[in-house]
Amino acid sequence: MGTEVRVEGLTKSFGAQQIWQDVTLTLPAGEVSVLLGPSGTGKTVFLKSLIGLLKPERGQVLVDGVDMVNSRERDVMEARKLFGLMFQDGALFGSMSLFDNIAFPLREHTGKKESEIRRIVMERIDVVGLLGAEGKLPGEISGGMRKRAGLARALVLDPQIILCDEPDSGLDPVRTAFLSQLLIDLNTQIDATMLIVTHNLDIAATVPDNMGMLYRRNLVTFGPREALLTSEDPVIAQFLTAGRHGPIGMSEEKDAATLAAEAANSPPGDESSRPSLVPQLAPSPGLGPRAAVARRRERVLGMLDHLPPAARTAIEESYALEPTAVLPGGTTGGTTVGAPVGTTDGTTGGSTGGTTGKGGAR
Amino acid sequence: MSRGPAVLLAPLRQTGQLFALGLAVARAVFRRPFQFREFVEQFWFIAGVTILPAALVSIPFGAVIALQVGSLTQQLGAQSFTGGASVLAVIQQASPLIVALLIAGAGGSAICADLGSRKIREELDAMTVMGVSPVQRLVVPRVLATMSVAVLLNGMVSVVGTLGGYFFNIVLQNGTPGAYLQSFSALAQLPDLYVSELKALVFGFIAGIVAAYRGLNPRGGPKGVGDAVNQSVVITFLLLFLVNMIMTGIYLQIVPPKGG
Repeated sequence: MGTEVRVEGLTKSFGAQQIWQDVTLTLPAGEVSVLLGPSGTGKTVFLKSLIGLLKPERGQVLVDGVDMVNSRERDVMEARKLFGLMFQDGALFGSMSLFDNIAFPLREHTGKKESEIRRIVMERIDVVGLLGAEGKLPGEISGGMRKRAGLARALVLDPQIILCDEPDSGLDPVRTAFLSQLLIDLNTQIDATMLIVTHNLDIAATVPDNMGMLYRRNLVTFGPREALLTSEDPVIAQFLTAGRHGPIGMSEEKDAATLAAEAANSPPGDESSRPSLVPQLAPSPGLGPRAAVARRRERVLGMLDHLPPAARTAIEESYALEPTAVLPGGTTGGTTVGAPVGTTDGTTGGSTGGTTGKGGAR
Repeated sequence: MSRGPAVLLAPLRQTGQLFALGLAVARAVFRRPFQFREFVEQFWFIAGVTILPAALVSIPFGAVIALQVGSLTQQLGAQSFTGGASVLAVIQQASPLIVALLIAGAGGSAICADLGSRKIREELDAMTVMGVSPVQRLVVPRVLATMSVAVLLNGMVSVVGTLGGYFFNIVLQNGTPGAYLQSFSALAQLPDLYVSELKALVFGFIAGIVAAYRGLNPRGGPKGVGDAVNQSVVITFLLLFLVNMIMTGIYLQIVPPKGG
């Protein structure tokens, strides 16, 4: 089972510019969380702070008893081995082949024999679908392949916490859907705590157990996915509908005058309607249920009283709908209006299942 | 008003960080596992780009000193001491400096550019995230390589420079080989050679550390890497001459001259 990550009162600024302040959240062990936020709200900075690459001024990040912000460098270095971080553009070593890149953590940290390393690396390469490209240099492959290679490298030490920095950027929608399925399957297989930073709405709607959103130097909210997906908060609502009406502007935020003028001219109507709750992706057939689902159900039902009514209804509905673990996939969820999203996920879910299934059997 | 102290403190901060890196490298040298492969590769690379230029520079340099000193001693009537004087100048001063300038210029700039581009491509961050310290994995082998190449190259430059001086003094200034060699053994002593090698070692360390420091902290994208390379070479040169002056001063104080 993955490791819980507790963030308390984290505040980070570069010089006079404050990035975010007083961020407090807990990534529950073994569950998948998504951190949303408009471009430039410091999502990547947050990831790098979690892993101790950047040092926030205040607050702490507790991982397995180690504070990634204030502990001694040696302890932080040791705790980092629990993490796997997938960088935005892969951050592969340009002078090494993909194989050597993915083998790097194994060669540095384990005394494994070369044949053993080869077996593990090829297995990971197969999981991310890069078989045949292992001899290539990072400069010779496409951005999407680099991303997947970066994911394979992050996975090779069987991390307990996986952080993904915008796994979708630079990928087409189909590849993004495959990647979403891959992330869920990974969570099923290794039961790691995962945090995905993104502004992709498909990933946000289908992948996570929990969601949070950074906006205006603050964590707007963090909680079960239903709480955020049904939230009436104008910032969250605007972001999830990808509309132009609302507090988010082209730059970080709109000023009051623009906002007032906008409200006067065009009353925020149903320019873009809010897609209602889409069921979460299920693991590919053959992998069995996700261990996190049961744990999460217990946790969420325990905190039900503290949630807003809309979220409560949504949670109760979804748990009433799926008393058993595996959904056949697709549009079984009762209130699916976002039909295109639903069907896409259904088909990709099925086909990914085919490929990963083969991979496992090989 | 409030910017005043910040502007004044900036150079101090840079200096402090440079020293901190120096200390971190010194500590990491003894941490296992030692990156032997990386060390050999870097050593080979730096030696490869510096040996020929060093030899080519040292011949005319030895010659210039021999000619200059020879002309001076001739006027003073102390021609028989030309050998000792020019050899001391070559071994103690010229050789370590030539070595260090070439290592900083050819090896240090490459190290700085390499680390700098890895930094801006986030490769170093990726390495840190995987629990591997870039200082131990990349910087230590490079600094050790610059140091050991400097020491070995210094021996070569001393020999080539001395031979060049000998040739020019004997052939062009009609000096006598016997007097040249005799003044050599009359004025020069083993500590001259020791301090020369010590200087080369220290200069190699400075060249490696400065290159690594500027490479690890480039400012703003590819252009920042270019600037960092430029600065690393300039900063190394400045530090070299300062440290050389200090070491020479200390040497002259504590080691009694042989001829006196």
